[in-house]
Amino acid sequence: MKIKLLESNDGRPNATSSRSTRFLGICLVLGIPVLILFAFVFSPKDDTMEDAVRLLYIHVPVAIFSYIAFGVTAMGSIFYLWKQSRWWDTTAHASAEIGVIFCGLTLVTGSIWGRPTWNTWWEWGDVRLVTTLVMFLIFIGYLALRQVPASPHVRAKRAAIVGIIGTINIPIVNRSVEWWENSTLHQQSSLTDGNLEDLTLFTWFLGTLILAIAYVWLMIHRFRVGWLSTEYESLGYGAAIEERKAEADLHAGTRSGTTEEGEVE
Amino acid sequence: MEFRDAWSIALKDLRIELRSRILMNQIAPYTLLIVVLFGFALDANTQTLRDTGPGLFWVAVLLIALLAIQRAVKIEEDDAARERMLLTPVHSPSVFLGKSIALFIQLFALEILLFFVMLALFDLSVEDPLLIFLSAVLATIGIASSGTLYGVIAAGVGVRETLLPILLLPVIAPIAIGATRAFGDSFGRVDADGWAWLGLLSVFAVVYTVLGMLAYGQLVEDA
Repeated sequence: MKIKLLESNDGRPNATSSRSTRFLGICLVLGIPVLILFAFVFSPKDDTMEDAVRLLYIHVPVAIFSYIAFGVTAMGSIFYLWKQSRWWDTTAHASAEIGVIFCGLTLVTGSIWGRPTWNTWWEWGDVRLVTTLVMFLIFIGYLALRQVPASPHVRAKRAAIVGIIGTINIPIVNRSVEWWENSTLHQQSSLTDGNLEDLTLFTWFLGTLILAIAYVWLMIHRFRVGWLSTEYESLGYGAAIEERKAEADLHAGTRSGTTEEGEVE
Repeated sequence: MEFRDAWSIALKDLRIELRSRILMNQIAPYTLLIVVLFGFALDANTQTLRDTGPGLFWVAVLLIALLAIQRAVKIEEDDAARERMLLTPVHSPSVFLGKSIALFIQLFALEILLFFVMLALFDLSVEDPLLIFLSAVLATIGIASSGTLYGVIAAGVGVRETLLPILLLPVIAPIAIGATRAFGDSFGRVDADGWAWLGLLSVFAVVYTVLGMLAYGQLVEDA
């Protein structure tokens, strides 16, 4: 049985892109060089952080969107358990994958930024650092669970529970680390302090906008890939069942033929 | 949910464990081996061992807990015991509670052994025994309930041994932190209010016991 999943009804390849994703992609292609220009050329140095401040135009937005992505995973997981809908499960999975990438980028960019600013790559006493690391590890576990060999429903149900528990656990981890060392090297939000210059503020907003577009663009593509993979998997099961049935029919036919011959003899 | 059912399940698990003697013959010696290895790794420096003792104790407990949880899941997989248990008129929250109680008793017994071995080998002195006892009880409830829940999440997929640590260890990080600080205060090794940590350990224990009772039924049917 030939699976024609990768072809749409009109015979064209069933791609994950559409007019809207192409528009978002073009926005990213144009937006990223503009962000680089603003971050490295137009925006000024910081008085205390100097050139290291330029990393924050990426570091802060990826951190924000990693939290948003894990929030979407938790929401998708709750709705999956409630509605048992594959749409919500695929959303939760797609968002967790993007969240893990963003969370990893947050840790890496934060570490690179911390070296010149705090004079260390890693600080165990910092609440946000350790909480983010634990959150990253929890969702690495979630992604590992998504790859186990089990039926899609079993995998989705277990992953949904892990996704919800993982998100519930984040405030507990945060509280424990806060009490543990009761310190943070992170400064208070410069945004709410009103200490940012106009161009710095604009660049930061531009970085957040670019990351928002990147998140939506990646989400749509990853969702469609996830949806097609599940379709392919279920069609694969169907094909295997059809093959076994055909084999069984063949065997039955051969056996009855032998019997008839036997009767003739 | 009936507590009597939960207690029956716990007794069943404990009886299997007593008959198989795996806890006594394999996991308990492993506990002692971990303590000895810590001594080798930290350069036989008693002062360092005393300072890091509370943390080493809880790292050892987490490693032992992984084995005990794997074992608790395994006894349900043998001879289709889980399927047979599902056929009994016992509600899933009772099953969860029973399995958590059995795991708690096993872990607590191992912790007592580990505690006295570490007291002797690391030359530790206890300043607040009540704090030690309460923090150990609360932390072990948290580990047992989260372990029972994650044990069934990792069950029946063929990769339980490797999947369980990845799923469970990051989740129980707050226990490692809280219980280590409470023990550190009890041993007089850190300048921290150990009693304040009991609150966090209690929250963790309650949250995971409630979540486990709610989710266990959903999970165990497909395990």
